[in-house]
Amino acid sequence: MSIFEYNGSAVVAMVGKNCFAIASDRRLGVQLQTIATDFQRISKIHDRVFIALSGLATDVQTLYQRLVFRHKLYQLREERDMKPETFASLVSAILYEKRFGPYLCQPVIAGLGEDEKPFICTMDSIGAKELAKDFVVSGTASESLYGACEAMYKPDMEAEELFETISQALLSSVDRDCLSGWGGHVYVVTPTEIKERILKGRMD
Amino acid sequence: MLTQLSTNQDPFENRNRGTRKCRRKKMGLVGKGFAIVAADTSAVHSIMLHKNNEDKIMLLDSHKLVAASGEPGDLISFEFGGLIRVEYVQKNVSLYKFRNGIPLTTAAAANFTRGELATALRKNPYSVNILMAGYDNESGASLYYIDYIATLHKVDKGAFGYGSYFSLSTMDWHYRSDMSVEEAIELVDKCILEIRSRLVVAPPNFVIKIVDKDGARDYAWLQDVTTAAV
Repeated sequence: MSIFEYNGSAVVAMVGKNCFAIASDRRLGVQLQTIATDFQRISKIHDRVFIALSGLATDVQTLYQRLVFRHKLYQLREERDMKPETFASLVSAILYEKRFGPYLCQPVIAGLGEDEKPFICTMDSIGAKELAKDFVVSGTASESLYGACEAMYKPDMEAEELFETISQALLSSVDRDCLSGWGGHVYVVTPTEIKERILKGRMD
Repeated sequence: MLTQLSTNQDPFENRNRGTRKCRRKKMGLVGKGFAIVAADTSAVHSIMLHKNNEDKIMLLDSHKLVAASGEPGDLISFEFGGLIRVEYVQKNVSLYKFRNGIPLTTAAAANFTRGELATALRKNPYSVNILMAGYDNESGASLYYIDYIATLHKVDKGAFGYGSYFSLSTMDWHYRSDMSVEEAIELVDKCILEIRSRLVVAPPNFVIKIVDKDGARDYAWLQDVTTAAV
């Protein structure tokens, strides 16, 4: 079993009309055993940028702490929040620093940039950025997620429809992956509000 | 090990460890205003039992308990190594209290421990699994699960070792939030009974400790087997 599959995870982000949605599963496992069903994979960097980290849970926690630290420092120096593109470059640089002993996680970054334009991207564990216009996925359920998102995604969805789409894509994908699941955690972010919802799926 | 439930190439060691899980059994759960931690009391070195009344649950301070379990190493019993790390955490928790006049909260102590484990992970990894239970006046009782690769999670019930396969399932079925001490002890007894009857290398003796607003203390020692007198 690969080290990326040690804890199990599923993460997806989708672009809508002036909004984005980012979702993850809630399982924390140790190979075949489930330890917790309320593990937080999605973190808010600031009101308009979210990052979800899949992969080894210890590195998810370490990397999250490092990124929050760097962003707070940026806020103190620049007296403003980071743009999502900038933040993505920061994550990429931090990951590549550890090129020969990497953090074993794959982040998914989603944010609202200038003019409320949504931005999503994903990276591998050494910081190779992958920008996309529609959706990005990561985690042990990534292959199922690719299929489900490709089938369900439509461009320019409003917030409510985007929520439905991303939820269905996540739940149906994690049902095909034994290492992820036990519910879902979805954030839908528009210029005016952040809506956080917990999904109840198959609890196995 | 007599039975191997999974073979796993530990990514942070060169040696093939066989299995990360071991006979050292720890479990804990949170009730109404208290947390209970139970551990087996066998000190094992390869195939030999050094002593069967080894206390593996340390007091971090007046209102915190730490149950630490290590992996069987090649030559050295890692139990020893694990307990050294816990002592290090214990002393740092006391230092904070002396410097700042107030004790660390359970969450802070757990995060400190995770930080130490995480920093050491890619240099000189500790193979210690930790269950940290504590009581704070503001937030009540809490239990933290810290893996040997520094995965931290706040849980209501947790367990390590081969016995976790049995005790986690038993707890999933019987556990309710806000259990009383008697109900929690009954549940711990059920778990221990399950381990004794179903685990082929079941440790015979256990210790149960409790932490609540009155502090951390021993609750019971279940000693079915004592060593022969010399």
